Amino acid sequence: MHLGHTHPAPAALSADARRPDGARRALRIGLGGPVGSGKTATVAALCRALRDALSLAVVTNDIYTREDAEFLLREAVLPPERITAVETGACPHTAIRDDISANLEAVEDLEDAVGPLDLILVESGGDNLTATFSKGLVDAQIFVIDVAGGDDIPRKGGPGVTTADLLVVNKTDLAPHVGSDLARMAADAKAQRGELPVVFQSLRGESGVADVAAWVRERLAAWTA
Amino acid sequence: MSRAALLVLADGRFPAGGHAHSGGAEAAVRAGRVTDAPSLEEFCRGRLHTAGLVAAALAAAAVLGADPGELDAAADARTPSPALRAAGRRLGRQLLRAARATWPSAELDAVARRFPKGTHQPVVLGLAARAAGLAPEDAAHCAVYESVSGPATATVRLLSLDPFDAAGVLARLAPELDRVADCAVEAARRAADEGADALPAASAPLLEVGAEWHAGWPVRLFAS
Repeated sequence: MHLGHTHPAPAALSADARRPDGARRALRIGLGGPVGSGKTATVAALCRALRDALSLAVVTNDIYTREDAEFLLREAVLPPERITAVETGACPHTAIRDDISANLEAVEDLEDAVGPLDLILVESGGDNLTATFSKGLVDAQIFVIDVAGGDDIPRKGGPGVTTADLLVVNKTDLAPHVGSDLARMAADAKAQRGELPVVFQSLRGESGVADVAAWVRERLAAWTA
Repeated sequence: MSRAALLVLADGRFPAGGHAHSGGAEAAVRAGRVTDAPSLEEFCRGRLHTAGLVAAALAAAAVLGADPGELDAAADARTPSPALRAAGRRLGRQLLRAARATWPSAELDAVARRFPKGTHQPVVLGLAARAAGLAPEDAAHCAVYESVSGPATATVRLLSLDPFDAAGVLARLAPELDRVADCAVEAARRAADEGADALPAASAPLLEVGAEWHAGWPVRLFAS
């Protein structure tokens, strides 16, 4: 394809790996999972862990407010121009799976406005266990559940738990208080996911988001290789 | 032309961003103007004969080959609310993406280059119909149907309205949709000779006022 300066290609359609100017676009990673499982907290921790080494931006998909975007702004994890909120019309899974056009615009506009970017995190609105991201929107997805939501969630499976590229079991520090059996959750996740990775995480613990950040760095290395 | 192509374009699940918009229904529900199926029907009727008619004429004119820049300016002039102009452009940009992927055409690519942040949704709807090999009548029908189906499905979510009642509202409006689409096509054909000023300029002040009010809410289910 001709990519000269006088006739730039029109805007990208979906997951095209190159931008209209021919440059490689940022890696896009989606974070989904039930309401309250710690998606926004994980995004905030990832931004703090990666922002010194990488050029980052975040798209949030709030269900009926701008609370997630405002939390990230208040916490000042990134400059405000690197955080965009998408409105989802009461249907968070539609905006990340069935009709991804608003989210595609948000990621492309971020690259236009503050790029070049290495990584864009797309956070879904809190949803149910069937919510997954379209491959037209993200290159990899993280599904975040927490121990307080019930230790039977890995056993129940569903598309998020079963197929996400990374499953994060969050708030492990709460396990003794809510009677969740971490060993059982790990065994159930293994049975559902086979070789796909699982991270048990407590953002209040010493290692915090380190394992997830390391996984993101691996994905980025593969993307830019 | 293929009649089924019209079904693809008109399908509520066509991935062009419409699901996040209520067509003014969220503001009307909050204001107490839409409370049940009969008031939804009146709301839809009002929208059909104003915003629906204008959108259908713009779409039909685009199918007939009118200049998209002239139609974009005509749409701006017929949309007093800045929030509605922004929503119309955003939806146009989203529809253009979907249409380019669905019916690849040099004409659609050229429009994407010319309007990188989007032109008004009805203009893109007409260009998409043209790329799909459809007629002005098809684009007009698609536009009038969207003008009422969006608010109807949004109201099902907003009021927990019985979905069968909402479908009944749409079915009762169908003969009126046909008549408005015919008027729109007639105007678009006139505009082909006389210019965009011949396109209808019907406006619903409460829709425009409601859109500005809605845009200022901190908490809402729909983007417009």
